[in-house]
Amino acid sequence: MITVLFFAKQQEQLGLEKVERSESKLPVSELKQKLIEDYPELSLAHTMTAINEEYAEEDQIINDRDVVAFIPPVSGG
Amino acid sequence: MEYYKITSEEIDINQVITSVIRPEAGAINTFIGTVREFTGEKQTVSLQYEAYPSMAEKQLKRIGIEIREQWPNVQTSIVHRIGKLAISDIAVVIAVASPHRAESYEASRYAIERIKEIVPIWKKEYWTDGQEWIGDQLENTAYKNGAPKEEKE
Repeated sequence: MITVLFFAKQQEQLGLEKVERSESKLPVSELKQKLIEDYPELSLAHTMTAINEEYAEEDQIINDRDVVAFIPPVSGG
Repeated sequence: MEYYKITSEEIDINQVITSVIRPEAGAINTFIGTVREFTGEKQTVSLQYEAYPSMAEKQLKRIGIEIREQWPNVQTSIVHRIGKLAISDIAVVIAVASPHRAESYEASRYAIERIKEIVPIWKKEYWTDGQEWIGDQLENTAYKNGAPKEEKE
């Protein structure tokens, strides 16, 4: 089981702050693909990914109990 | 004592400044980011900041570490406010203390630029004629997927 967090515009697109997913041992890119299939309203373009609060590359493997967060372009400051 | 914080409260500027004071410092540079009313012809009524607070604080701390790698004797504290803010409200305060003034200006500038690249905070602007989540403040044409790269000087 993994937890996926959404913020800002993506959170609004989905109407969801987080989802629990049963899959694990998959790369970030594959999770993104599955989410886009499951939620056609979701856009993950120009989005960085964090695993357990650290930025992750597209080929990084997501393990069981990881917390994955999608980070759309930031605009703090 | 340096600190890196996301808060929904009003930022106490003096507390941020005081946190970096130490005998070795000969300069403290303070950057205060406020809510701007006009961006070109767009009039902002209010705005809302949202963050992934636990990760944002880690990224702010990372900026502090990057600063010390470049300017070894510099102390940095950064506080960013989230929630709904009005025009002229203080959104971010950065205090940098250094032995000599030049590093304090450089490190302060570095901190705010890095905040706009790697810290998971998002701004939603409410204008007189609509609302929008703002992204890519650095106006890079391509915002690449994947992890942000280390800043190279």
